[in-house]
Amino acid sequence: MTYQEKKSIVSLISAILIFGSFCLYMYPQHPQGGLESIETLRFWGSFVVVLTLVSIVAHIFISIIFNIVFRITTREKEPTFADELDKLIDLKANRNSFFVFVLGFLLAMGSLVVYQPSQVMFMIMITSGFISDVTGSVTKLYHYRRGV
Amino acid sequence: MGKSLVDNHIRKLRFTHDEMTQQQLADKVGVTRQTIVALEKGNYSPSLELAFRIAHAFDLPLEEVFFYGDNTKL
Repeated sequence: MTYQEKKSIVSLISAILIFGSFCLYMYPQHPQGGLESIETLRFWGSFVVVLTLVSIVAHIFISIIFNIVFRITTREKEPTFADELDKLIDLKANRNSFFVFVLGFLLAMGSLVVYQPSQVMFMIMITSGFISDVTGSVTKLYHYRRGV
Repeated sequence: MGKSLVDNHIRKLRFTHDEMTQQQLADKVGVTRQTIVALEKGNYSPSLELAFRIAHAFDLPLEEVFFYGDNTKL
């Protein structure tokens, strides 16, 4: 298995672990007040902001650890640049990821149209963000394994 | 995705050129080893520029390195 394939798998697993553990951490902190209270909206706002920051930091940290482990186990240096194949696969992964997120965004807006509480909108939006991240990693893995 | 219609003789040519490694060829043409692996497996059709760079690395014309369909000369 090549560096890029391993990196895609690590990215996929770390995305699932980060999202899963963050949801478990935040679940007990959900406010008990009404569905539309200011406290509930503040909770969802902070959920999105903190999840974004935590996942960026965690991804950087995991990437550094992965590179160190890769160097030790394979005695190979990781590629220091992205060539035309990497860029093409990145574009395809971003396209699929963006498509999934836009679909989720429209679904989230649709939930408001059919009078669902705003926290349903937040849940759909956050879930679509997670699924779009996973879609990006799966697309990369697929194209690195099966070709472009 | 599957196999690309543009196939090549890169693997054979590497061996006839002093058993050049994938990494050596990759360094010569400015791509990662992963890209050479994908090319040899027929999983990727390179850009015209990369195809020319690979042909230059073997000192051969483009059509002796790459071919379209089931042309299996060399």
